[in-house]
Amino acid sequence: MSAPVKLLYFAWLRARVGQVEEEVPLPAEVHDVAGLLDWLRGRGPNYAEALRDLSVIRVAVNQNYVGNEHPVHPGDEIAIFPPVTGG
Amino acid sequence: MIRVQREDFDTGKELERLSAGDHTIGGVASFVGLVRDLGGPDQVSALSLEHYPGMTEKKLAEIEAEANRRWPLSASLVIHRYGRLEPGDRIVLVATASPHREAALAACHFLIDWLKTDAPFWKSEETPEGERWVEACAEDDAATRRWR
Repeated sequence: MSAPVKLLYFAWLRARVGQVEEEVPLPAEVHDVAGLLDWLRGRGPNYAEALRDLSVIRVAVNQNYVGNEHPVHPGDEIAIFPPVTGG
Repeated sequence: MIRVQREDFDTGKELERLSAGDHTIGGVASFVGLVRDLGGPDQVSALSLEHYPGMTEKKLAEIEAEANRRWPLSASLVIHRYGRLEPGDRIVLVATASPHREAALAACHFLIDWLKTDAPFWKSEETPEGERWVEACAEDDAATRRWR
């Protein structure tokens, strides 16, 4: 059994998913960000609703912004959130 | 220097400290961001700022390092607050010091534009109907693109 990935959710994504963070084992078929988001959408209606529109979702792997084709590995910290609105 | 904190800051003291003891500095530029009361029917009573601890500090440090690569700065400072803030409260301070004003002013402008689109902060507004998340605006993205 390989190390899980740590998933973090922020802003309205946290509210819609209903969790701040969780650790999940990475399914063998998930290799990149796009695959991970696809798999998460299948985990329940809250995930499906939160991750419905990918144009308003940003992903960071190990605290770096990445695109959909970026690889994900066991042990990664993967944050999912809307576009930032600080300053 | 980067600081991410819940507490308020004293703008005057921070600016004094930035140039203290370095007499090669010819100018200090600063930007202070405030919570704006938009008025209208919305009745926003307060903002709540959430951030991604760890990544926030990392991104701000990267942005500051980039400013120092582009301009000859003697010192720089970014303070960003999080938590509950009311209209008129200070949110962010960006300050830059340099022997010459051009570098200080340009770097300060760069830092605030860049942090608005790169630092992982999210604002929500308190309204009578409950929490409402602020949406990112295209003007901010355009402001950052100018510097790429």
